[in-house]
Amino acid sequence: MSGKTSTLLEVEDLRVNFPTRIGQVQAVRGVSFSLGRERLGIVGESGSGKSQTGRAIMGLTPPQAQVTARTLAFDGIDLLAAPARERRALRGKRIAMILQDPKYSLDPVMSIGRQIVETLRTHEKVGKAEARDRALAMLEAVQIRDPSRVFDLHPHEVSGGMGQRAMIAMMLIAGPEMMIADEPTSALDVTVQLDVLGILDRLVSERGMGLIFISHDLRLVSSFCDRVIVMYAGKVVEQLKASELRDAQHPYTRGLLNCMPRIGFERHPLPVLDRKPEWAV
Amino acid sequence: MNAALSVDGLEVIFDRFRALKGVSLEVRSGESYGLVGESGSGKSTLLRAIAGLAPVASGSITVNGKNLGKGRDKAFYREVQMVFQDPYGSLHPRQTVDRLLQEPLAIHGFADGEKRIERALDEVGLGTGFRFRYAHQLSGGQRQRVAIARALILEPSILLLDEPTSALDASVQAEVLNLLEEVRRRRKLTFLMVSHDLAIITHMCERLMVMQSGEAVENLTASQLVGHRVTKDYTRNLLRASEGFVRTA
Repeated sequence: MSGKTSTLLEVEDLRVNFPTRIGQVQAVRGVSFSLGRERLGIVGESGSGKSQTGRAIMGLTPPQAQVTARTLAFDGIDLLAAPARERRALRGKRIAMILQDPKYSLDPVMSIGRQIVETLRTHEKVGKAEARDRALAMLEAVQIRDPSRVFDLHPHEVSGGMGQRAMIAMMLIAGPEMMIADEPTSALDVTVQLDVLGILDRLVSERGMGLIFISHDLRLVSSFCDRVIVMYAGKVVEQLKASELRDAQHPYTRGLLNCMPRIGFERHPLPVLDRKPEWAV
Repeated sequence: MNAALSVDGLEVIFDRFRALKGVSLEVRSGESYGLVGESGSGKSTLLRAIAGLAPVASGSITVNGKNLGKGRDKAFYREVQMVFQDPYGSLHPRQTVDRLLQEPLAIHGFADGEKRIERALDEVGLGTGFRFRYAHQLSGGQRQRVAIARALILEPSILLLDEPTSALDASVQAEVLNLLEEVRRRRKLTFLMVSHDLAIITHMCERLMVMQSGEAVENLTASQLVGHRVTKDYTRNLLRASEGFVRTA
């Protein structure tokens, strides 16, 4: 692996439009960035288009929406021109996605082990016994203490943190090169959040994967990622290194950083965002 | 000692599950008191038990010197009001803001409803332009403002706040927290506030209780927490977690 220089994903002028009764809703309006084998954070508030960006890359945009881009290429493959079959083959195998809440994103009527095995056998020709062994090894890799017990449990029988680890195991088992994590820890308790992030961090760096980490939490993202993209009203307003977040230029980024209460920094009242119409232009 | 609210040895049992295991606390009049802990720690259950929404097995709850029994009368709800976490679930989807705000007034037989509704909407920064809208026509922050207006319209002295901003964006959260601080100052309210976020609790409250699996872990002042003068490992863990992700290389 040649490190950060190899570009995994190239996004140029990505747009996602939803036709509605009251006209076009432009959820994503010309987003451009590239991703190497690094951790990239996409931050924004609800409605900023961050999740739709991730879903468009994954190919999970609802059918009525229109996705256009000058370039949307994963490892040289033009994703928008690729037939559905090819995209299906990519999804789960080379590009994986973790969603916010394991309560909704896991199949409730299938045991956790079977779901992991299903992912593996969809993408690779492996026997049942081997698939089971690999699923158990994967559960162990996400620090589940008793993998053979958890293998047979259903999603409602495990905690949120455990469910999210199972989700990570399921996404990593086919050995993807790129992972999109959409608010992977927002539904979890703070302490569990850090465990899950730790696991994700270790696995991503061990396997040299590219990670897109989508979140509303600017501070969390900047402590986790190498680079951060800040989105507002469907556009990228700022791109910067996570370590240089303090020197953010755009008033929106700075406002977002400022408005959160912080332990040890008393401010009454809290500074609020003064949204300028020109930010959304 | 004038306690606005005191809870002594409170036990809440759902079927066989003990959600609260003998919790005691005392909130002084005009104070803002915080409850922190992970999900399942019993912090919301404590709030709901005070509001009469959880099955109390034993223990006592006293509000403004009056011991509460099993039921809650109208006088109680004039003193104590609650704001819930989810602004999408706590407003009736088929009632206008006006109708929502009229309900508590009608129950308690207020005559000057018109004026009160206008005043309440002004107070939470919405203005009367929002009066005849439905909940689905409002953003999350605006809905939470309506929920706060509904709680304030009866002029209670105690507000129970159950994660009032956790469903909101960070910038909207700041606005709602500022609003809560402002109405508290203006009306000299007593707050009992639940949050999983230590930073919010230290920002809003003078004292707090850390809870875990239905029990109090420790009682602290906000300044003790800010100065990391905590005695329990559990609290220390929470503090560390609130500082964000640290890579262990």
